[in-house]
Amino acid sequence: MPSLSRLSLLLVAVPLALGACKKKPPVVTPSAPVVAQPPAPTPTRTETPLPPAPAPTNTGMDVATMRRLMLETVYFEYDSDVIRADAQSSLEKRVPLLSANPQVKLRVAGNCDDRGTDEYNIALGRRRAEAVKKFLTDRGIDGSRIETISFGRERPAVQGDNEDAWSKNRRDEFTITAGGDMLKSPS
Amino acid sequence: MPVIQLNINTAKISVMRAVDARSRKSQLVRVLTLSTLFVAAASIPANVRAQSGVVLGMCYGGGCDSKQHIMVDSVRGAGGDSIRTIISRDLDNSDRFVVISPVGTPGSAGGPLNYPLFLSFGVNGVIEASVLPSGWLHVELHDVGLKLVKQKQDFPLPGLPGNRDWRLALHGVSDSIEEWITGQRGIAQTRIAFVRDGRVWTVDSDGWGANPITPRGLSPKWTPNGRAIVYNILDDNGSPIMVTDIATGAQKALTSLHGAQDYAPSVTPDGRSVLFARNTPDGTDLFTMPLLGGTAQRLTAGRGRASGSPAPSPDGKRMVFASDRSGHQEVYISDIDGTNVDLLTTGGFGERAWRDSPDWSPDGRLVAYQGATSERGAFQIYTINVRDQFVKQITGDARNDDPSWAPDSRHLVVTSTRGGNPQLWIVDTQGGKARQLTRGLSSARGSSWSPRLTGAP
Repeated sequence: MPSLSRLSLLLVAVPLALGACKKKPPVVTPSAPVVAQPPAPTPTRTETPLPPAPAPTNTGMDVATMRRLMLETVYFEYDSDVIRADAQSSLEKRVPLLSANPQVKLRVAGNCDDRGTDEYNIALGRRRAEAVKKFLTDRGIDGSRIETISFGRERPAVQGDNEDAWSKNRRDEFTITAGGDMLKSPS
Repeated sequence: MPVIQLNINTAKISVMRAVDARSRKSQLVRVLTLSTLFVAAASIPANVRAQSGVVLGMCYGGGCDSKQHIMVDSVRGAGGDSIRTIISRDLDNSDRFVVISPVGTPGSAGGPLNYPLFLSFGVNGVIEASVLPSGWLHVELHDVGLKLVKQKQDFPLPGLPGNRDWRLALHGVSDSIEEWITGQRGIAQTRIAFVRDGRVWTVDSDGWGANPITPRGLSPKWTPNGRAIVYNILDDNGSPIMVTDIATGAQKALTSLHGAQDYAPSVTPDGRSVLFARNTPDGTDLFTMPLLGGTAQRLTAGRGRASGSPAPSPDGKRMVFASDRSGHQEVYISDIDGTNVDLLTTGGFGERAWRDSPDWSPDGRLVAYQGATSERGAFQIYTINVRDQFVKQITGDARNDDPSWAPDSRHLVVTSTRGGNPQLWIVDTQGGKARQLTRGLSSARGSSWSPRLTGAP
């Protein structure tokens, strides 16, 4: 249920954002959009949860947004493979995307902070990747589309011997291994 | 060379007396032990000559009678200074002697040894060596009390003074000297494999000659003959167990199953099989396969849990491994085929403890492992007696991981942050002394101590 309500929010939000875009040009002078436009793409990638789509399909998200949602890194607590609430939200968002794009195959790579042994962390990374795979297959995504791998603590996202660095390294990273070229927005 | 250290907590002071040399093999007999309290404020330098025939000595943790005082005399011939330094350091690193640093060179200079003078320094044994015309090294061990040469031998020193083979051979000389004195061969003629910058490296037991030996790799372990190292690669496309031949540098994949990840290899004492962990969708389990290649056999059934870091017993009949099957990581012991599993380590009821990375001592008595007693506590190194489960804490400073036993079943190489970034340290499990083995900006970890390397590969 949360996924449905969130999705409907998204679907409402996008047309609103688009509507806002359409309204502006007539009001402002022609030079203004040129100035306003260039900075827009940069923040859309990293910050805005749902940016106004520059080249949208009719129904919803542009390809870049869909890719970003599908590939959003999810994070874990120390020595845990439990899917956190924020990770659940992130994963729920990509269920309809994956359903609408059955050609897409994903690789989920589990990673760990650098405490404990190499060997323990390879096993822990495996559990983290499998936890996400289970979460998605429980929501109807075919397990054959999701490959899991563990990199243990060998590929940290950031360096550092503190909680800030550790929390950024306890993560699952996603790669589209097939079918990422022709993404369709969920209708 | 810092050979004599005063440890107030464990120091005992003894009055030692030279007795009739012919009547005793050991010429120093402890006649009186005073209380530690008495010594607490003592600033008496060690081995002070108290009066004629009586030597005042300090001794430490291991007991007064166990440590002989040894001096390596200046070595005649090419590379003599290096030879003297290396042998002295090896004997010191063994933690089984008090190595006396001579001020000048008392006695020798080619002539007969001045035994009374050495005796007055509190020295029990003197090593004299000279490089022969062939390049071999002639070594004599003098028993100062008996006033005679107890043992002598010519040793080959291959290669040029200072190079890799020469140093390894010289470490073998140190180990022979140790055997002459204690009856037990030393561990200087060994190397330690470890991981740095995602590659497997090796370094000599005295910290010299750290070199990468594989292009990539993790979790190295020596084969029992010391000629090869097994390790694994963590790759995007399959993570196989690898083996590298140290002499040729050849790298070979033993497993290559796509979709599985194989890691944490360990070779059985007969050198025939490799135990390893495999990640599957169902969990992480232990497998075994022939070192020469073949089919992998499953040893554990994890049912979603992980079993890893296998280490065989020295007789090859049993193994220890780490598993989180109880909900948190503990060390388990089983037969080598995975049957008859028992929990080896355990803490108090409800304790959120961790134990990992077990390694079985070559003498079969102890299993070393790393443990943390609280969820975020720093790991420390412990040993547990396999027979009576007596646990001894070995480290207490900073974070310590990945213990691996030396062939003497006394020293461990561990990864420690006590000097800053993670580096390898060698810890004496009996005396508690630690020395840093590797240095550098890049961390070093995941070490494995080689067997004795008698041939130079």
